Amino acid sequence: MITFDKTTKTYEGGVTAVDGVDFTVEKGNIVVLLGPSGCGKTTLLRMVNRLETISDGKITIDGEDSMSLDQIALRRKIGYVIQSNGLFPNMTIEENVMIVPDLLGWKKKEKRERFNKLMEMIGLSGEKFGKRYPHELSGGQQQRIGVIRALAADPPVMLMDEPFGALDPIIREKIQDEFLQIQREVKKTILFVSHDIDEAIKMADKIVLLRGGEVMQYDTPSEMLVRPKNEFVREFFGKDRAIKSLSLHTINDLQEVIGLANMDETISDTITINVNHDLRNTLSMLLNQEADQVIVIDDEGNKLGAITIDIVQKYLHFEIKAKPTLVQKG
Amino acid sequence: MNKKKVMSRVVSFLVYGIVAVFFIWAISNSYFNYIFSQSSTFLYLLKQHMQLVLVSSLLAVGVALPVGILVTRRSFRRAEWIVSNTVNLGQTIPSLAVLALMISILGIGFKTAVFALFIYSLLPMYRNTVAGIDSIDENLIDAARGMGMKPIQILFRIELPNASYSILAGIRTAVVLNIGTAALAYVVGGGGLGVWIFTGIQLFDNGYLISGAIPVTLLAIFVDYLLRLLERKIVPKGSKPPQET
Repeated sequence: MITFDKTTKTYEGGVTAVDGVDFTVEKGNIVVLLGPSGCGKTTLLRMVNRLETISDGKITIDGEDSMSLDQIALRRKIGYVIQSNGLFPNMTIEENVMIVPDLLGWKKKEKRERFNKLMEMIGLSGEKFGKRYPHELSGGQQQRIGVIRALAADPPVMLMDEPFGALDPIIREKIQDEFLQIQREVKKTILFVSHDIDEAIKMADKIVLLRGGEVMQYDTPSEMLVRPKNEFVREFFGKDRAIKSLSLHTINDLQEVIGLANMDETISDTITINVNHDLRNTLSMLLNQEADQVIVIDDEGNKLGAITIDIVQKYLHFEIKAKPTLVQKG
Repeated sequence: MNKKKVMSRVVSFLVYGIVAVFFIWAISNSYFNYIFSQSSTFLYLLKQHMQLVLVSSLLAVGVALPVGILVTRRSFRRAEWIVSNTVNLGQTIPSLAVLALMISILGIGFKTAVFALFIYSLLPMYRNTVAGIDSIDENLIDAARGMGMKPIQILFRIELPNASYSILAGIRTAVVLNIGTAALAYVVGGGGLGVWIFTGIQLFDNGYLISGAIPVTLLAIFVDYLLRLLERKIVPKGSKPPQET
């Protein structure tokens, strides 16, 4: 758990980068710091592991004031991932990943076991990649290594500064999914900086939207999309925020609330879609009109019903108008 | 075979050819005779020459590296331009002038020669140390700090290994230049193979000249080769610049 208590950062010369920020990152949650550039999101993140000093207020980590801890010890307890992966070119992949355990004085055997386990998590062979150097890996692989390096000593808290920002869209999406998969397993308390709205919606349990160092809104992604607190939030998420909010729901959610349409057995031109598919992708698939009928199937391949644009629209309308809070993902 | 390759073959063939012709000419005129007829003097001068180079180079490494590391520390950054300019100044004074100046302070002899060579070696070593450390991606240092590495760990585990290629290249340049410049030590009574070279010039005796000059050249080539081997050993595989062919 990370708690920000009137946390403020003022630079020499009086520029305030972070202004009295108050919020709590619950244990096991991903909170995304989102906002335009210069809004203070990276500064705020770096204040947690004290790469930036705290001018006023405080930050507590699992109940302990971060200022009361030794700076070096504090940092070793916090995983840190940066955009440009930050892998050290002079070290092999294994040495890179095992830096913090090494600093903490782990034994050789423990390190080797941990390394292989971490590599398994991201689907790479520890045997094959351990002795290689960072420059011999692709950008996506390097970033994955950067992520598991932060996980190496199993820190309770992780800071991620636009970790997937430098990757191409296809790889980025893949690594995001992979990371969410890992997170379901390791359940870290994560503070995540992003400037990408779609990424924030996808990754966040809650989003902190910042402007000029101040918190504009702290809410779940769906709440923020459906019920923006002020004009800035509304504009930031854009006119298509209703469509964006669809990515937070699966066909399953829709089925539970309003049900699916009946299948028309006479239509032969059909395609199928898994019930766990998110509604945003489903909608774009429907709009593409690849087939005359889209049939929803479950994991076993049983046909559950058909889905149409009308139903998606109905669901969206229902969710926004009728329910105070949208179904949360996860 | 592409054009570039053909060119480089031709050039190296020409160079080897010229060298071979030179050696045939020198040997046929028995210009190397002094090396054998006065072998004890030759070995003495060679040893002196190597001592000049070794002592001055070691001193320069001992000063340039720590200073280079120091000025790249955050708290000493402001001192960088002062140090850089001072070192640059040392390089711009003509070598003979440095030697002459030093005579008035240290007198003539080995010490003066070593000091002058030391001043000359500082700049390439210092500059490459600073450039090597400066060229390290700021994000790496940030990542290292964020993971809880102490400044001294960052220096020895991140900065120096990644700057080692540049630092060693600076040392190699300085030492190789030093071997040539050490021939001037004769002027201040510092000895070395310069003794034969200058004797050769003064007496118009090609034998002395070549018996002095060729060993200096060979020494420089040999030391350059040795230091390259050392580089290959020391520089981490991942920190090497893209392979040059």
